[in-house]
Amino acid sequence: MSQSQPSTRRLARRVSWETILALLLLIAVAGGTFLNKDFLTSDNWANLLANFVEIALMALPLSLIVITNDIDLSVASMLGLSSSLLGLLWEYKLAMPLAILICLVVGALCGAFNGFMIVRFRLPSLAVTIGTLALFRGFAYIILGDKAIADFPPEYTGFGIGVIPYTFIPMPFVLFIVLALIFWVVLHHTTIGRSLYAVGGNQTAARFSGVNISRLKMLLFILSGVISALAGIVFTFRFSSSRADNGTGFELSAIAAVFLGGVTVQGGKGTVTGVVLSLLLIGVINNVLTLADVASEILRIVTGSLLIISILLPNLIASTRERLRLMQRQKEIAKLGTASVAK
Amino acid sequence: MIFLSRSKTLSTPTNHPMIINSLTRTIAVVCSVTFLGMVAYAQDKPIKKGLKFTAIPKNINNPYMVIQSGGAMDACKELGIEGKVVGPSETGASAQVPYINTAITQHQNAILIAANDPNALVPYLKKAIGQKITVVTLDSDTLPEGRNVFINQASAEGIGQSLVQTLARQIGSSGDFAILSATPNATNQNTWIKYMQEELKKPEYKDMKLVKIAYGNDEDQKSFTETQGLLQAYPSLKGIISPTSVGIAAAARYISTSPYKGKVALTGLGTPNQLREFVKDGTIKEFELWNPSDVGYLAAYAAAQIASGNIQGKEGETFAAGKLGTRTVGKDGVVLLGPPTVFNADNIDKFNF
Repeated sequence: MSQSQPSTRRLARRVSWETILALLLLIAVAGGTFLNKDFLTSDNWANLLANFVEIALMALPLSLIVITNDIDLSVASMLGLSSSLLGLLWEYKLAMPLAILICLVVGALCGAFNGFMIVRFRLPSLAVTIGTLALFRGFAYIILGDKAIADFPPEYTGFGIGVIPYTFIPMPFVLFIVLALIFWVVLHHTTIGRSLYAVGGNQTAARFSGVNISRLKMLLFILSGVISALAGIVFTFRFSSSRADNGTGFELSAIAAVFLGGVTVQGGKGTVTGVVLSLLLIGVINNVLTLADVASEILRIVTGSLLIISILLPNLIASTRERLRLMQRQKEIAKLGTASVAK
Repeated sequence: MIFLSRSKTLSTPTNHPMIINSLTRTIAVVCSVTFLGMVAYAQDKPIKKGLKFTAIPKNINNPYMVIQSGGAMDACKELGIEGKVVGPSETGASAQVPYINTAITQHQNAILIAANDPNALVPYLKKAIGQKITVVTLDSDTLPEGRNVFINQASAEGIGQSLVQTLARQIGSSGDFAILSATPNATNQNTWIKYMQEELKKPEYKDMKLVKIAYGNDEDQKSFTETQGLLQAYPSLKGIISPTSVGIAAAARYISTSPYKGKVALTGLGTPNQLREFVKDGTIKEFELWNPSDVGYLAAYAAAQIASGNIQGKEGETFAAGKLGTRTVGKDGVVLLGPPTVFNADNIDKFNF
């Protein structure tokens, strides 16, 4: 249990990253308000939040996966598959609740397939999910080809584009708020959460301390599949459109949000709060820049740079601290040395 | 419905015969400009001052879209409208939505949009219309409830007729010819071919015979070998119509290096940049396409007239559209651009797209 000291230090570092994110978010909101009189309107905030709701949903399970030192690149393809399947089932006159259920189950199966390949054959998740990124998108195209299905019932599309009365919170965003709360509780206040960090920090140690790593990973990938499928359903209703290419490229935005949120590529670190803050930050920055008519390539450059900074900065901070610590220790040793010589 | 399909290649053009040589064309232009001036004086209701328009192309940096948006901006400049072009860098169904929302938030007076998806944008465009923003779709339409008017670059019927007429001019209305299409189930191409066959029933084409419809699947290599196959299988072939930009380019490449060059007429739909060398070396005499710049130009004029309250976008209303003359709103709020531009050695260097 000599870990307690580094872990407090780690905690301190984590808190500071979230504080940085919160500060950046404040600056972005202040900047947006200052630059554009339309920024702080409820309509604009409804659009701002609605814009990234699918990415936000997918980022939640993805955060847990990255914490355990894995990755799921197939999330957006599962979104596309779920959206296509929903369209197809609706076209075949299935009752909507049943169609939604089937989509979620198929999402779970896709996730289970990812998990199975990774756990059973010990394949790297990066390689497996690059494969299924193409595979699931391929299924989506098999299901719908280049057709689009659009005549979804108004009560569902109304959910997709509506806001909660008297607020600016888009209805689908409620799903995200609820799920984020659940994820927060699970990650930070349960043994499952602790085992996730343990697995990400040191798999062997986690195994020896009795964590069933295979089952945990399997569950995570299934969860990712189900929530990606849910994101596909939200997407379909939000745009009243089921198409095989729906959500193409969203995986990168979701991963960017996770990394920027302070979940590190090396695993073992990250919080739900950080990820939520980074989602909001990216959403606000995109919105402010779009309102200022900044070209979409520039938007990409900004998101890309944020991603790089988010990986670089914590590393720089960590290595600087490490160097300082070493210097400190060397000084102490030197002092000890001279002391003993003096004796 | 034709323009709702999402064909990746630029596979579309339009219509009536343009049997005008460059001299008469010049005269026509001079006359119409004069005439226009009078029309403008006589019936033009004023365009409101201080209008702000947002043009949203399918994606930015798409050369075709850049020219189309450029036409819209030209019209805005003529009318004293503050116009801007914003849009996504990819063409997903949802990618344009943030830009629509932004235009609403910015209280723009009109949105000119080439829709990436006929359905996905509708709820958001409806919201725009609900806030008194004029919505004009161009190039690719949405469902009618998503916009005030749609600027249609070409009617399917017009394209079918025009292609037959262009070929007839080149082969003296007699002889065998073939069609090199895209895929057997390509919606646009099949509709055009249907109208070509309608047109062929007219008595003046009684000596022209369509011997074969070949499919190059909009793949360069396949289109190339299909052309080769056609010319070998039908030695009497006088002409080929390829209503797809991939097909006509591949056919031109084959013919230009074969003994058929100059003997077999090739026409169809393509872009000037793609076919310039073949027009210059004599492989192609004439081909067609609408001018994308005019599509944007007309869209901006239509939006300006609606935003100024001069028209509402109802069937039968006419409006002045600057250098294009007057246009009439057709059924379902569709405004036709008019005859396609015919490109030949005389005019091709004036076009860069």
